[in-house]
Amino acid sequence: MDINGQTLPADFSGHMLDMDEDEDLEVFSKKTSHVDGDGNPVPNSPSSMVNQYRLEEDGDEEHRDIHTKDLYITVDDPESHVTAIETFIMYRVLTRTTRSEFDSSEYEVHRRYQDFVWLRSKLEENHPTLIVHPLPEKFVVKGMVERFSNDFIETRRKALDRFLKKTANHPVLSFSPHLQVFLTEADLASHKKQGPGFLSRMGETVRAVANTVRGLKSRPEEFTQMQEYLEVFSSKITSADKVTQRIIREQKEYLDELKQYHPMYVQWANSEDVLADSLKSVADCVERCSKETEEQTQHLSEILCPAIHEYVLCADTLKGVMKRRDNIQAEFAAKNEVLASRKAEKEALQEEVDAHADRLEQANNVLKEDWPRWKSDIRTDLRSALISTAEKNMEYYEKCLAVWESFLFSQRPEPREQSDGDHVF
Amino acid sequence: MMADSDSADVALIGNTDLTSSESENNIVNTMVEKGTALLRKIEINVPEAEKRTGKNTVNMQETYTAYLIETRPAESLPEGSVPATPDSLWRRYSEFELLRMYLLVTYPYIIIPPLPEKRAEFVWHKLSADNLDPDFVERRRVGLENFLLRVASHPVLSTDKIFYRFLTEEKKWKDEVLETGFQDKADSRLKSLSAMYRVKNPDKKFTALKLYSDELSAAISQLLRVRARVADRLYGVYKVHGNYGRVFSEWSAIEKEMGDGLQSAGHHMDTYAASIDDILEEEEHYADQLKEYLFYTDAVRSVCRKHELIQYELETAAQDLVSKKQQKEELTTGTVRIFSLKGMTSKIFGQESQEQRESRLAALEQSIQEGEEALKEKNKECQEFLQTAWEDIERFKEQKDRDLRDALINYAIMQITMCKKGIQVWSNAKECFNKM
Repeated sequence: MDINGQTLPADFSGHMLDMDEDEDLEVFSKKTSHVDGDGNPVPNSPSSMVNQYRLEEDGDEEHRDIHTKDLYITVDDPESHVTAIETFIMYRVLTRTTRSEFDSSEYEVHRRYQDFVWLRSKLEENHPTLIVHPLPEKFVVKGMVERFSNDFIETRRKALDRFLKKTANHPVLSFSPHLQVFLTEADLASHKKQGPGFLSRMGETVRAVANTVRGLKSRPEEFTQMQEYLEVFSSKITSADKVTQRIIREQKEYLDELKQYHPMYVQWANSEDVLADSLKSVADCVERCSKETEEQTQHLSEILCPAIHEYVLCADTLKGVMKRRDNIQAEFAAKNEVLASRKAEKEALQEEVDAHADRLEQANNVLKEDWPRWKSDIRTDLRSALISTAEKNMEYYEKCLAVWESFLFSQRPEPREQSDGDHVF
Repeated sequence: MMADSDSADVALIGNTDLTSSESENNIVNTMVEKGTALLRKIEINVPEAEKRTGKNTVNMQETYTAYLIETRPAESLPEGSVPATPDSLWRRYSEFELLRMYLLVTYPYIIIPPLPEKRAEFVWHKLSADNLDPDFVERRRVGLENFLLRVASHPVLSTDKIFYRFLTEEKKWKDEVLETGFQDKADSRLKSLSAMYRVKNPDKKFTALKLYSDELSAAISQLLRVRARVADRLYGVYKVHGNYGRVFSEWSAIEKEMGDGLQSAGHHMDTYAASIDDILEEEEHYADQLKEYLFYTDAVRSVCRKHELIQYELETAAQDLVSKKQQKEELTTGTVRIFSLKGMTSKIFGQESQEQRESRLAALEQSIQEGEEALKEKNKECQEFLQTAWEDIERFKEQKDRDLRDALINYAIMQITMCKKGIQVWSNAKECFNKM
């Protein structure tokens, strides 16, 4: 049964095997090349060196941001706090800014998850039809990490960091006074009382639910399109999230089995004489490939999985935004109807109606402006996560390829001194 | 005539771009190159397998697979002449088993090449364990061809007439093999295999060999078991990626700028998911190469057992002779050195007459002479066995080291192929993501 390797372009395989070309790429490699079991250097494949070069570039980008953005926020240094009632994590929030609204140019505060939740709810309250970036979930129910495990804390920290960075980038949200308070005040407690607006808005929302049906009927076309897009996007991104998590699970199980190879080959090598070296080499190779598999799985968990999951949350956020817009429209429509039927209190009602009309217009415009921003974000974020994943996968296969090619290389016949005499197995 | 093994090595690993099936062909070529008289005369192939139905021994309908054996002259033909049609006949697996049993019995000092497995073992979930499954049949066909070539390239086995008839005489062969009467020996062989006997002075080399064959058998079995589990898991990883194909495709329908990139990326994910089937099919070849040597360990153990049997018989014969000689001494000198029933009874029931004693002595002398002859024979048999068996064991050792190293190289080549495919797919996917 012949397998036809014809699917590979001829120059591709030549590239892989031609060791001499690496000299040109020497300048970029920080790490020296891989080493096989005997300490002989294994040539890096050219692409893996190019990837190392790329990593340098990413670092430069971060440096640039710090100096060019007028509001730059980081979340780091998670610390455990234990009180009589509860245990929670405090995160350090560092701000660097050149904006005049801020008294100082640098701030350091400590916040817990609850504080972030407060900030976000305030932002949504004041900008009901803006797309506010989601927070990481309160509790990972079906996830692979336990609450307060290092992985969980780190994942959450990264998500909180992204939340603040995204918010700082937003042309409207970044100027929110609540954000400023969050970033600058040592003690948030005094600012955290529930505003009356929140409750009354709740009431209005409940009342307007009955009218949403009417709102749907006369919904402007562009928002209907957004809604339709959102429905499909939400469903697909949720599927993609499930697939990614499934892949990680399957790969972890694959890795568990793969790790069994090494001891098998070593044990066999112990029974052999002539074959022992080759067997030990293979044992070494499978061990190295196991490590690469582990790294690649890690990359999926750290890069692709959070990126996709974030957009699952975004889609949910957006559903909320659409609903709120619909509600505002419904309220306006309701008031309008009242105005039409009650001609007596016309003037007073008219003011109210106008107010609602304004509110609706503002809500619509705000959403219309924010939507393309958000769509462009999807493109940038998911695209970069997917590209990174593809690159990592390529790197994984290239490294494994180098491992096995070095094995083949080591098996080339050399003039071996046969030890005559006791020919043990 | 020992072929130069180094040149064979160069032929095998000169080119790292070899596919694994090409590497296997090299093993076959090496067998042919080594050159027995038989292989210089004819080329042997098992090119086809066919499903058949027929009546079995209890007159019931059954379905079985028949394998076509083709032989053709090995000499290169003068230019312009038409190659002669090959001789061919059909054989089923049970006939191969019969041939092998014959060889086992007739050449107990030779490590007889094993047949491919009767039932699929060390399977992972995709492969069915069904003997009529086309993949299984195909791999068995290859295994049977390999078996014939192994026998044909063996310096001793290739000269066997029954083997030659197996390849050339379809109908009468079965009668011919039964006429050799090997089946009687087969029964006694089976008995001896299961018997437990203590050998006082087994040859040290054979003891070491038996230990080694146990270790090798354990090592390969465990390795095959791990392989099956790894294959199962890897299959899962690849196939789940297929879901990306569907999701990306559906998602691309609602996207404007991202649509094309997403859709093409989805196709590459489908390709990736599908590629595992070929990859694992290739890996089966590696597993088969390992399995051959797993089954070889049975044949090695068989030879060791035969040595033990002969050694045991030798020791028994020697012990027998010693005790007879001592009995003779007793009788002649009248002293009872060792306890014997005869001695005791004569003590109790009185001495026997002079006549009786002399006739007994004569019988004993006769027995001793026969015993000495038998011992000489047995010794000779033992020495011959040791020599011929060890010759074959050395040959086997070299073959095993060569073949298993090839198998490992095969495995590496297979891994490289898999990596190249992976690089290709993800490189394509990356391009699509870039276009998003």
